[in-house]
Amino acid sequence: MSDPIIQFDHFSFQYHAQSAPTLHDISLSIRKGEKVLICGPSGCGKSTLGHCINGLIPHSYRGESTGRVTVRGRSTAELNIFEISRTVGTVLQDTDGQFVGLTVAEDIAFALENDCVADPALHERVEKAAALVGVETHLSHAPGDLSGGQKQRVSLAGILVDDVEVLLFDEPLANLDPATGKAAIELIDEIQRETGAAVIIIEHRLEDVLHRHVDRVILMGEGRILADVTPDELLAGTLLQRSGIREPLYITALKYAGVRLTADQHPASLDTIRLSEDDKAAVRDWFRRTGAAPEPPDTPTLLQARDIRFAYSNGREALHGLSLTLREGEMSAVVGTNGAGKSTFCKLLCGFETQQAGTLSFAGEDMAALSIKERADRIGYVMQNPNQMISQTMIFDEVALGLRMRRIPEEQVRERVEATLKICGLWPFRNWPVSALSFGQKKRVTIAAILVLEPKLILLDEPTAGQDYRHYTEIMEFLLELNRRGVTVLMVTHDMHLMLEYARRAIVFSDGAVIADAKSAEVLTDGDVISRASLKETSLYALARLCGIEDGRGFVARFIDYEREAAHR
Amino acid sequence: MKPIFNYIDRPSPIHALTGATKLCCLLLWSFAAMLTFDTRFVIALAVLSFVLLRLSMIRLSDVSFLLKLTIFFMLFNNLVLFLFSPQYGVEIYGTKHVLFGSGRFTLTQEQLFYHLNQMLKCFAMVPVVLLFVCTTQPSEFAASLNRIGVKYTVAYSVALALRYIPDIQREYHEISQAQQARGIEMSKKESLVRRLKSASAILIPLILSSMDRIEIISNAMELRGFGKNKKRSWYMARPFRAADWLSMVFCALLLAAAIILNIHNGTRFWNPFL
Amino acid sequence: MKKSPIVTVVAIGIGAALFFVLGRFVIIPSPVPNTNISAQYGLLAFMAALFGPLAGLLIGLIGHALIDFSWGGSFGGIWWSWVIASAVCGLIMGIGMKKISLTDGVFGKKDVLRFNLSQIVAHIICWGGIAPALDVLIYHEPTEKLVAQGLMAGVANIVTTAIIGTLLCTAYAAARPKKGSLKEEN
Repeated sequence: MSDPIIQFDHFSFQYHAQSAPTLHDISLSIRKGEKVLICGPSGCGKSTLGHCINGLIPHSYRGESTGRVTVRGRSTAELNIFEISRTVGTVLQDTDGQFVGLTVAEDIAFALENDCVADPALHERVEKAAALVGVETHLSHAPGDLSGGQKQRVSLAGILVDDVEVLLFDEPLANLDPATGKAAIELIDEIQRETGAAVIIIEHRLEDVLHRHVDRVILMGEGRILADVTPDELLAGTLLQRSGIREPLYITALKYAGVRLTADQHPASLDTIRLSEDDKAAVRDWFRRTGAAPEPPDTPTLLQARDIRFAYSNGREALHGLSLTLREGEMSAVVGTNGAGKSTFCKLLCGFETQQAGTLSFAGEDMAALSIKERADRIGYVMQNPNQMISQTMIFDEVALGLRMRRIPEEQVRERVEATLKICGLWPFRNWPVSALSFGQKKRVTIAAILVLEPKLILLDEPTAGQDYRHYTEIMEFLLELNRRGVTVLMVTHDMHLMLEYARRAIVFSDGAVIADAKSAEVLTDGDVISRASLKETSLYALARLCGIEDGRGFVARFIDYEREAAHR
Repeated sequence: MKPIFNYIDRPSPIHALTGATKLCCLLLWSFAAMLTFDTRFVIALAVLSFVLLRLSMIRLSDVSFLLKLTIFFMLFNNLVLFLFSPQYGVEIYGTKHVLFGSGRFTLTQEQLFYHLNQMLKCFAMVPVVLLFVCTTQPSEFAASLNRIGVKYTVAYSVALALRYIPDIQREYHEISQAQQARGIEMSKKESLVRRLKSASAILIPLILSSMDRIEIISNAMELRGFGKNKKRSWYMARPFRAADWLSMVFCALLLAAAIILNIHNGTRFWNPFL
Repeated sequence: MKKSPIVTVVAIGIGAALFFVLGRFVIIPSPVPNTNISAQYGLLAFMAALFGPLAGLLIGLIGHALIDFSWGGSFGGIWWSWVIASAVCGLIMGIGMKKISLTDGVFGKKDVLRFNLSQIVAHIICWGGIAPALDVLIYHEPTEKLVAQGLMAGVANIVTTAIIGTLLCTAYAAARPKKGSLKEEN
């Protein structure tokens, strides 16, 4: 290992608009060719740390700082942002925001254009970078024609056209499905080996990043560095549980089984972990000991889709013969790749589009004759991003909007809104402006605004996208509570933890039809379904195999039941 | 979603011209067509513009919807013109040849000739705009603007607008559907003020989330060196060739001809009634 | 929001894209048959208040020109006169609204007044003056028709801007992070 390329020296930072510092006394050094994961819950300051590395702080965001940050030995305050970007290349979380070109080639060329690089060098370098990440056949594609994973590759190519020495990834997994996320981590690993650049990954999904080797993990909390250790040391320790970061599922399972891990067992990955025979026996024993949870009783059918066919006006058939049944009081998930037909199905349910063939019935009634508004009284639809739904300044008004639009007398509106606010835990904030709420609370407001219309079914698009473990748990426990009160919940998601832990069933869409409809534990252990739906096998299944448990599927199911019980004890 | 700008990829000589050339020609041509009402010249322009459309291998069927729209709008506009000022032709040409009728809506040859001129001008302008839109890649448009002297930061604003229109369009659609489910309506059933408030319930989330986007995009651009130099190069820029220069000179001559005609006629109108 | 020249470049691009989408796809029927309300001027006023006169000018110019281009010029070519009117409208609004500081989360009664006065003046100058004057020059149509057209558009735009623009500014100002003392209630 050579000289540090990035160095923080007792650095603290406070944004102008904020009343407390975001970073406290950070000392840290990153050397050439190193691969470092910066990990921590939302609001811990990890993104701010990223801004300090790429120079957005102090050059774009103003604030007070003490101490020093240096890039290749020179203080970032003395360099300008362009000089810093020659050393540090950043791939932002929002791939649509980073993709500023009209086509793949133009986006990759962006930095070179700004450097006035002329042809033929311009075209040559773009092609070389495109080939490096495998998008060379898509050069003339517009961003709208690309998947999230492909857009991210283009962003990476756009950085690689310059020979940077540090690659900084800000939450690279946030918008990707599990299989694509896995491929992204593999690509980052390959690129690092090819270019020898130092890699810094800012991410809270620890298990997914550790899919490939990482030299160090820097764990942050409340603006401070809590740990700067190897992944093995981190996973063997106890710090992680207290930090609001989810540990890998196999580690949790081992702990349930009473196995005490040490760093020299290399627990960072299931490929490297060394379990003694005693450890394995403990896991088997735990499996034998733990009982399966009772099956919930069958309830009447709420929603039935039969042989639904739908094609968009451009001729693309999005659904061909889709059928599924949802029972009252269920909490289930719809999963599948982009383009599998999930969002089309939601649009049909809400009446935004109409199917060309097949029937949709709700509580025994054919929905064909129902308008969008009438369907909304039965099925409530919650968008992924609460900011896309909120139009009122005050929480009360936001929740009341749907009722007022239905011309319900103001007295009744008040009554119903207040009742809903209480159910949703928003009563203490009833007189607050929406803007004062956290992301998770805003999500609650949008759910409350739907619940107030008293639908029997609520349909949620990626309810926890981009949330850390704590917020994820908060939102999901809230949904579970609603479910217990009798609301049927259907979630469209990529999140495997969510499926495993909160969905009674996973309905897997692929290519416009349902290819599997089973317990999540079964779906996430079925190799064929996993690859067709761009999912990832759960590490619990691999752990079961490692410990010689034949019924891997049963093991996964048992783990989930146990954890659910543990969570609610 | 259908692309909004109707680029049609065909191997024609018009496609081969650089975007900057086409933009320059469009501007020169438009000014020429705007300046003069000399019927002979306008007819020449209209005929020529259809010839160019043919040359570009754009078929009328490719743009039939837009052409129908043109004709509908043209007729509608002429109807309004007539209703407002049925004797405007007489005023312009200074003579009055009554065809039939009497009173305010007396139909005169002068008025008909005025309408003919208006319609011809429409056909002298619309095909070239169509030609430009159908044969210029949106990507090349920004580079072209910079080439003809627009500051590159402004040219890039145009590129960004073209880049994010589809995204914003999709987002608008999604938000509007979700809000409709909550009961938002913009149809005639509601009063105007209520309609505008309903529209705000869709537009506010759309626009406020776009403001967040501005910050993210500007970070991304800054980190990749935008604004570093006084100039920038363009991946999509192509070098000028002989055909480019010829086209521009030709359009410049058209404009010059229009100006000379106006001076020579002493008016913008060619008057066959005298 | 951070301040840098690049932010303005991006704001113009995104503003023009929004202007385009609102002008092209947002259909709010107006009381006059066969016409729709142009919601984009509410946006233009908001952007001009937030990013200043230059941004207002260019958003109006680019946004409106793109709308005309996207119709392939089917309404009789590019209506440069109206494109220019939109641009000047954004410019005047931006000048009149210079004192409004939305980024600080302030949009009080005085600001509402200033905002609406500016937009009314801008619309009157542009649709009652600039657009018809240029139309007379370019298209040689009867002045009464052009003025009537301009006034109709102007009045509609004033009403839309007053409602949508004011609501937008209020919502934006309210969403700015503020230090304050909100208490949870039981």
